[in-house]
Amino acid sequence: MARLGAIGRFWWEFVVGEDWRASAGVAVAVAAVAAVAAAGITAWWILPPAVIVVLYASLRRATR
Amino acid sequence: MSASLLVLSAFLASAVEMVEALTIVLAVGITRGWRSALTGVGAAIVVLAGIVAGLGPALTVVPLGALRLVVGSLLLIFGLQWLRKAILRASGYKALHDEDAIFARELAEAGRAQLDTRAGLDWYAFALSFKGVLLEGLEVAFIVLTFGSTQGNIGLAALGAGAAVVLVTAVGIAVRAPLSRVPENLMKFAVGIMLTSFGSFWATEGAGAHWPGGDAALLGVLAVMVGASGLLVTLLRRQRALTEPSAVAA
Repeated sequence: MARLGAIGRFWWEFVVGEDWRASAGVAVAVAAVAAVAAAGITAWWILPPAVIVVLYASLRRATR
Repeated sequence: MSASLLVLSAFLASAVEMVEALTIVLAVGITRGWRSALTGVGAAIVVLAGIVAGLGPALTVVPLGALRLVVGSLLLIFGLQWLRKAILRASGYKALHDEDAIFARELAEAGRAQLDTRAGLDWYAFALSFKGVLLEGLEVAFIVLTFGSTQGNIGLAALGAGAAVVLVTAVGIAVRAPLSRVPENLMKFAVGIMLTSFGSFWATEGAGAHWPGGDAALLGVLAVMVGASGLLVTLLRRQRALTEPSAVAA
């Protein structure tokens, strides 16, 4: 059980890293692209600025 | 264009990770002997090749849209980690990666460790080399699999990564010292930007949106990420100069 927990922690840290909120922000932004595209509205412009905002917020948290 | 960027990204990511792995293997090999250290390296390479060879064909049967959504999102999350660290290093909030310091630390630790012989090998040397190469190589395997599968060419991504392994190994054998003159921090910055740009591009397509200009839009995304990252470095440097003036002056 402890080994399973260690494996889970390793993969979490490997993919998500130090700031889970940045990963959650990316997931929300991708979901927003999917929702807007599904509504038939142009959605390609959403992700780059959203990623920059998520990155900026993550850096602010790291340097506070 | 995408193929060259694919090879370049895999090459750069593999090169920086292999420079880090080389530092560990050199320290272990010099202090504990090369046989066990190189056996550890070989075992790790076999495991990594197995991961790529095993998961690669499985990924090719996943529909491209779903693959780009999942892989693009994962690359984006993964790339943001690289970019975040690179920006923190470039702005002085995080210490620069110093291969000489890491080499000295690994050398001291390897010299202190007790001899534990298993299967005819110095187990400390084997385990440390194995773990060093495997952990650094896992990021490369991840990049090769994700980049390669979404571009439909895992072989090309593996070629880029493999070329870096050969180059770093050859230079490492020639100089027998940590490759501290490799511009590792700059390369990590470049890889972070590439991962984030490719991730944004593919996640958007996977989510059902279409880029104007098709694949050429990737260059636009790259330019936006380069500009934004440069701006963030400048902002953080100014912030640091205001909040920690003594550290910046030093």
